[in-house]
Amino acid sequence: MTAFSRLMTSAALGLAVMATGMPAAMAETPPNMLVIANRIDDITSLDPAESFEFSGSDVIRNLYLKLVNLDPMDMEAGYKPEVADSWEVSEDGKTITFTIRDGLTFVSGNPVTAEDVQFSLRRAVILNKTPSFILTQFGFTPENVANTIVGEGNTVSITTDKPYATSFVLNCLTATIGAIVDSKLVMEHETGGDMGNGWLKTHSAGGGAYALNEWKPNESVTMTANPDFYQGEPAMKRVIIRHVQESASQRLMLERGDIDVARNLNPEDIAGIEGEEGIRIDEELGGQLMYLSFNQKNPELAKPQVREAMKYLIDYAGMEASFLKGQWAVQQNFLPLTFQGAVEENPFSLDIEKAKALLAEAGVPEGFTIEAGVREAQERIEIAQTFQNALAQVGIKLDITVGTAAQILGRYRARELDVYVGTWGPDYPDPHTNASTFAWNPDNSDAAGATGILAWRNAWDPGDLTAKVDAAVTENDTGKRVEMYHDIQAEFRETSPFAILFQQKRQTAVADDVQNLNLGDAISAAAYWPVTK
Amino acid sequence: MPQAATRRGRPAAPLAGFLGRAAAGIGSLAVTVLGLLFVTFFIGRVMPIDPVLAVVGERASPEVYADARAALGLDQPLPVQFWYYLREVARGDFGMSLLTARPVIDDIARVFPATLELATLGVLIGVLIGVPLGVLAAVNRGRWVDQIARLVALVGYSMPIFWLGLIGLLVFYGILGWVGGPGRLDVFYDGLVPTVTGMILVDSALAGDWTVFSNALSHIILPASLLGYFSLAYISRMTRSFMLEALSAEYITTARVKGMSEWRVVWVHAFRNIRVQLLTVIVLSYANLLEGSVLTEIIFSWPGIGFYITNALLAADMNAVLGGTVVVGTIFIILNMVSDLLYKFFDPRAR
Repeated sequence: MTAFSRLMTSAALGLAVMATGMPAAMAETPPNMLVIANRIDDITSLDPAESFEFSGSDVIRNLYLKLVNLDPMDMEAGYKPEVADSWEVSEDGKTITFTIRDGLTFVSGNPVTAEDVQFSLRRAVILNKTPSFILTQFGFTPENVANTIVGEGNTVSITTDKPYATSFVLNCLTATIGAIVDSKLVMEHETGGDMGNGWLKTHSAGGGAYALNEWKPNESVTMTANPDFYQGEPAMKRVIIRHVQESASQRLMLERGDIDVARNLNPEDIAGIEGEEGIRIDEELGGQLMYLSFNQKNPELAKPQVREAMKYLIDYAGMEASFLKGQWAVQQNFLPLTFQGAVEENPFSLDIEKAKALLAEAGVPEGFTIEAGVREAQERIEIAQTFQNALAQVGIKLDITVGTAAQILGRYRARELDVYVGTWGPDYPDPHTNASTFAWNPDNSDAAGATGILAWRNAWDPGDLTAKVDAAVTENDTGKRVEMYHDIQAEFRETSPFAILFQQKRQTAVADDVQNLNLGDAISAAAYWPVTK
Repeated sequence: MPQAATRRGRPAAPLAGFLGRAAAGIGSLAVTVLGLLFVTFFIGRVMPIDPVLAVVGERASPEVYADARAALGLDQPLPVQFWYYLREVARGDFGMSLLTARPVIDDIARVFPATLELATLGVLIGVLIGVPLGVLAAVNRGRWVDQIARLVALVGYSMPIFWLGLIGLLVFYGILGWVGGPGRLDVFYDGLVPTVTGMILVDSALAGDWTVFSNALSHIILPASLLGYFSLAYISRMTRSFMLEALSAEYITTARVKGMSEWRVVWVHAFRNIRVQLLTVIVLSYANLLEGSVLTEIIFSWPGIGFYITNALLAADMNAVLGGTVVVGTIFIILNMVSDLLYKFFDPRAR
C-alpha cells in the first residue's frame, strides 16, 4: 500500500470514528488463550537447525529448551542455565563442558539427555543450513563434530578451534540454532538421511513451554502449553498467532477484542489507537538497524571525503520525527542499544555546507551520478527519496531502483549497487554478530565471494579493524572486551562506507489485561510462557 | 437402401462425433496447459530474481548457496530443467514450495477451496443483484432507476477495493459488529469440523455443525459482498447494454404491437435472447474471481490462491508460482470450454 493510500485509509477511518464514535473493545479472548495478530508469511521452516526468519524464531523460542537461555523477565542478566546445570571451561579456553540438568523431559515424555544435546548440535552442523554458521564459526565441521561435540554420561563437551570468549560461545548457544531437539522422536521421522529435517519443518520435538499444534502457512500458528514445562505450565494454555497482513485490520481486531496483541500497526494506527480504553502501547527496542552503504567499487564513493560527506547528507532527525516516528530511533553505530558494547554517540546530522566542503576537498564539487537499490518497502523508499533530495543539493544525482527483495538483494550480493538502503538484524545476542559483518572482511577480492559479509558486499577492506574484531572475540575479560567494541565502533563511524541510520523501535498494541509479554528486545525473540491475563 | 443404411449408422455417428469432440477438447486443453507451463516456466527462469536466496536467505555462505542451487536443479541447463519439471507435473507432482515447506499440490488443495468458496458466493451475489439491476436499468433507460444503476456500476469500477474493504470492515465489523472480522473463522472454531472439501461453509454443513457454519458465514459475507459488488458492477453494466440492444430489435416491437404484457416482452422475449452473451460475461466474471483477489485476501486475511501466488512470486518460489498458475489457467480454460458448451446448448445456431 502506498503512503497516499495509507493516508487515505487512515483519514477515512478517522472520519468514520469521529462520526460514529468507536465502541470500546466489545469482546475478549478466553482468559487462558493468547491470540496475536502478526505477519507470519516469512516462516519457511520450523526446524531450529534451519529457521532463520523473525516469525519462525518467535515460534521456536517457545517450543524448545537450550543449554543456556535468556530470561524474558530479566533480559539484562544475559544467559542463564537451562538444560545445562553448570559449565566449566578448560585451561586452554577451548573446551566448555556442560553438566546436564536432571529431570527435564521433552513433550513426548522422553528424558532430555546429553545424547540429545550432542545430537542437536551435531545435527545443526551436519545439516549445514543457513544459520549453521553460528556454530561453524567455532571451527565445527560435519567431519569433526564426532570429536568436537561429545556427550558422555550427563555431560557434553564442545571444543572450539580457538579460545573464544566464553560469553561469545554461550551467547551463540542462546540463538535459535542452539535449540535441543528430541533425538529419538526426530530420528523416527528421518527420510533419506535428512536427520528428520523434512518432518521438523512443520512439527515440533522440544521440551519448551509449548508444543506446536499446527502451522498453516500464511494463516496461523497454534501452540499448546506443555504441562510438564520445567518452569511450570504456562498460564496461556493456547497461543494462536494469526497472519493478518494489514495494519488497519489488526487494529480493528484488537479494538473488537478478537485478538490480544497487534504486532504490526503502522504509525498512523498506533497514533489512532493510543489512549483507547483497554489498550496500551508497549515499546521495546528491536535489534534491526537501518543503514545506507556505499560500494567501494565506485571510484567516487571510495574517496574518504565522499564517504564522510554522505554521512552529512542524511536528515536523521527529520526522518525520525516524520515518517519513521515511533518505529525507528537514530543510532549511528553498528551495535544496537541493549547489546553488550553498544554506544550512544551519534555525531552526524544533516549539514549541506560541510558536505559541500568535503566534496570539494575530494575533487568532485560538481557531483556525479550513482544508483541506489531499494526493496519495495515504503519506509526504505522514503529514506532513499529523502537522501536523494539532500544529494541533489550538492549536485549528486541519485537514481533509485526499486525492486523485490530477491531482485535487489541479488545485485547487492553481486557488488553491483552503488548505494544500498538496507536493514540488518543480529543473528545472536553477542556484539560479534554485527562486528563480524560490518567491520570484518579478511579477503576483499571478488574471488572470495563472501556474500554474507556486508563489508565484502560493499567491496570495503576495513584494514586493521578486521584484526581488532578478531581480538575482541577472544577477549575473556568482559570489561576489556566492551572497551574494544567501543574503539572499533568509533573508528568504524569515521572511516566506513556505512551510514548506520536507525535502530528499530517496536510498538506493539496490547490489550490491557495482558501482562509480562516480552518480544525479545534487541537480542532475542518473543516469549509467551510468562504471559498472564 | 440408403434409408436403411442411415438407420444402421445413426447410433454410431453421434457417438463418434462426441468422442471426436471430447478428444479435440482434451487435446486443446493439454496443448494450452503445456503452452501455459512453457511460458510461465521460462518467464520464471529469466526473471531477475534469485530463487536460491529465497531458500537460504541473504546470509548464507557460498557453500550453502551452491548446495541449495544444486538441490533445486538450477545448475542444469534450462531445457533439462523444463523436461524434469514436465516429468514431475505429469505425475501430479508440482514440487515442494520453498515458502511453506510443503508439496505445492497440498498447498493448492488448502488455498484454492478458500478462494472457490469466496468467489462462488461473490459471483452469486453479483448475478442475483447485477442481472435484475441491469434489466431494470435498460427497461427504464434514462430514468432514475437507470441513473442509480449506472452510478452503482461506476462506483464499483472506480472505487479502490482495499479502501472499500477497510471501510466495510470498520463499519460492519468494527462499529456495528454485524459480521466476523478478518480470517475464515473465529479462532475458537478453528479445526472443529473435519476437512472434506476445504470450503468451511460446505464442510460445516456436511458435519451438521451450524454454529461453525454461521460463524463462517459471518466471516465470508463481507469479503464475498465486496467481490460480489465488483462483479455486479460489470454484470449489471453488460446486462443493461445487451438488454438495450435486444429491446430495440424488431421482434420486440412486434411483440408489443401484438399486445403482450411488458413483463413477458422483457423477460421472455428480450432476456431470453441475451442469455448466451450474459452467460459468457458471468463465466468470465467467475473465472476472474477464481484467480483470487490479492487485495481482498490481504485485507480480510483470507488464505486464498491470489495471496499464495503473489507471495510466492515476490519470494521467487517458482514451484508455487508455476503450480498456482497452472491450476488457475486450467480452471480458466475449463470454464471457457463450459461456456462454449452452454453457448451451444442455449443457441442452436452455434451447434
